[in-house]
Amino acid sequence: MSKPLSTAPLNRHYLFDQIFRYSTLFFAFLVFSLLVGIITSLVIGSVPAIKEFGLGFLFSAEWNPVTEKFGALVPIVGTLVTSIIALAIGIPVSFGIALFLTEMSPPWLRRPLGTAVELLAGIPSIIYGMWGLFVFAPVFAEHVQPWLKNAFGDIPFIGLLFEGAPMGIGMLTAGIILAIMVIPFISAVMRDVFEIVPPMLKESAYGLGATTWEVVWNVVLPYTKIGVVGGVMLGLGRALGETMAVTFVIGNAHQLHASLFKPGNSIASALANEFTEADGELYTASLIELGLILFCITFVVLASSKILLAQLKKREGKVT
Amino acid sequence: MKLQFGRTLIATAVLSLSASASAFASDITGAGATFPYPIYAKWAEAYKAKTGIGMNYQSIGSGGGIKQIKAKTVDFGASDKPLKPEDLEKDGLTQFPTVTGAVVPVVNLDGIKDNQIKLTPTILADIFLGKIKKWSDPAIASLNKGVALPANEITVVHRADGSGTTFIFTNYLSKVSPEWKSKVGEDASVAWPVGTGGKGNEGVANFVKQIKGSIGYVEAAYAKQNKMTATQLQNKDGAYVMADEETIKAAAGNAEWEKAPGFYEILTNEPGKKSWPIVGATFILMHKQQANPAQATQVLKFFEWAYANGDKMAADLDYIPMPDNVVKMINHSWKANIKGMDGKAVY
Repeated sequence: MSKPLSTAPLNRHYLFDQIFRYSTLFFAFLVFSLLVGIITSLVIGSVPAIKEFGLGFLFSAEWNPVTEKFGALVPIVGTLVTSIIALAIGIPVSFGIALFLTEMSPPWLRRPLGTAVELLAGIPSIIYGMWGLFVFAPVFAEHVQPWLKNAFGDIPFIGLLFEGAPMGIGMLTAGIILAIMVIPFISAVMRDVFEIVPPMLKESAYGLGATTWEVVWNVVLPYTKIGVVGGVMLGLGRALGETMAVTFVIGNAHQLHASLFKPGNSIASALANEFTEADGELYTASLIELGLILFCITFVVLASSKILLAQLKKREGKVT
Repeated sequence: MKLQFGRTLIATAVLSLSASASAFASDITGAGATFPYPIYAKWAEAYKAKTGIGMNYQSIGSGGGIKQIKAKTVDFGASDKPLKPEDLEKDGLTQFPTVTGAVVPVVNLDGIKDNQIKLTPTILADIFLGKIKKWSDPAIASLNKGVALPANEITVVHRADGSGTTFIFTNYLSKVSPEWKSKVGEDASVAWPVGTGGKGNEGVANFVKQIKGSIGYVEAAYAKQNKMTATQLQNKDGAYVMADEETIKAAAGNAEWEKAPGFYEILTNEPGKKSWPIVGATFILMHKQQANPAQATQVLKFFEWAYANGDKMAADLDYIPMPDNVVKMINHSWKANIKGMDGKAVY
């Protein structure tokens, strides 16, 4: 006669399973509660500024610590403009890098080039800032800015973007430095997703006589668009929140100019510069409200990218 | 055996804990202004070598220093901007000056040497207001006859971060230019009418070095160490002076600390033929009522030692130490103001 089967080990396993389950749940909610906590503290911290300035805070270009009149327009514009410049330069270059590495590079070159891109992503941002200020800015002021001014300065409207003395620092420089910083992120993601495209799809297209460009544009990109958009968003996230590198080269002036050569300010850079010496409740609250605005901008960007992806997915199969 | 080992382990742990606790208790903590950080760090090093008591100073900025001392997270706060007597009263604080420094305008002009061009207070204010736009402006040219001034546009460079240096500089401009006072005012950071902001002294210095025709302001010590092109400035008595040890000392010596309640004294635009006009002291903030009198005594002992032995170190770093009579007044104020919970003076 065999012994009756004990349920003890089973119970024990069940217990462990439950512990495991709830601890993972706890970790997941920890992230969520951190997020809620940060938003709450940002909102509470900015209450004095919200009460004082209301919605006008978003549209006022004034930033005067002496009279305690604050408005966020200059840093908001600076943040958006530098990020747009960064993406406008970063996306095509990253696309080229990823394309070369996955489709056209001789195999022996792939490893070193890929590693170089990844290493670029690991450089601390302050190094980019210092390099931008000490090396890039003088060269840019001496050789590139005068050329830009000559080439575009006389065209109506576009010329306005290149007005002012070539100082080597300003919004354009900040945008370019940001572009250099986001390229490794975007291109690394793009390369990784390009690599997972099944060779059969590509080879079929090649077999039909498609050129490399046609294969990439019509097969690789549609197959990987979610990953590509994700990579771009990752880069945009970094560009929006980048602090030290921007602080070094943007010029840190609370002034609104059409010209990209003129100094401006970004939200993160204003926070980094002014938080330590901000005395007075309203000053601190206004800075915290700036932080809240950056948070909202990032949230809107992320949300709209998700919506964009959902729209793309819906259209899948309909457009040939 | 195993038990014994465990006991030893616990004993060592307790011992080391208590040891670290006592080491922690005797160390002094402070936070605040970045401007005096080099000298505080040097004093702390020498003091530790002599007494074994460390001083941990975090240079987080004057605003941060004021916040930290109000929150009582540090033994003392440090600020380049003195608190007004009524604000001191409100928060139960007392303050005293430690060292004096100066701010100088620096320029980048082809062919112009250090201290070669002269500026008046009005011209300086008008440049920073954006009213004088070119170096060839008649106001500058008539003052500097015989100097070939380039026709460059003027680019103003200021501090982007809040700073005691900016406070001293804008306080001076407010004193000499009514227009500056009404339009811009004085603070650790202000709404600059024109110009580009650099982070820290080194940020301003670097922009000035890179941009032809620029003018900025940095600490005198920083300008000297980095061989920047400073300008002469007309002082209150109408004499043109350059910033050096002698003129900064002359201005500092002019200060009438005895007439300044709570040591609220800003040393800009001081009288005297030899006085450099943009000078300011940096301050230490402490609570008047000390919950831990022994710790407060340690802090005061540190500064007593620094006043007595630290002058040479301060001078090496281009700070001007406090004259002896001022140190005496500071000692008096410690006795009168800083007390334990029982009302007994801690010093």
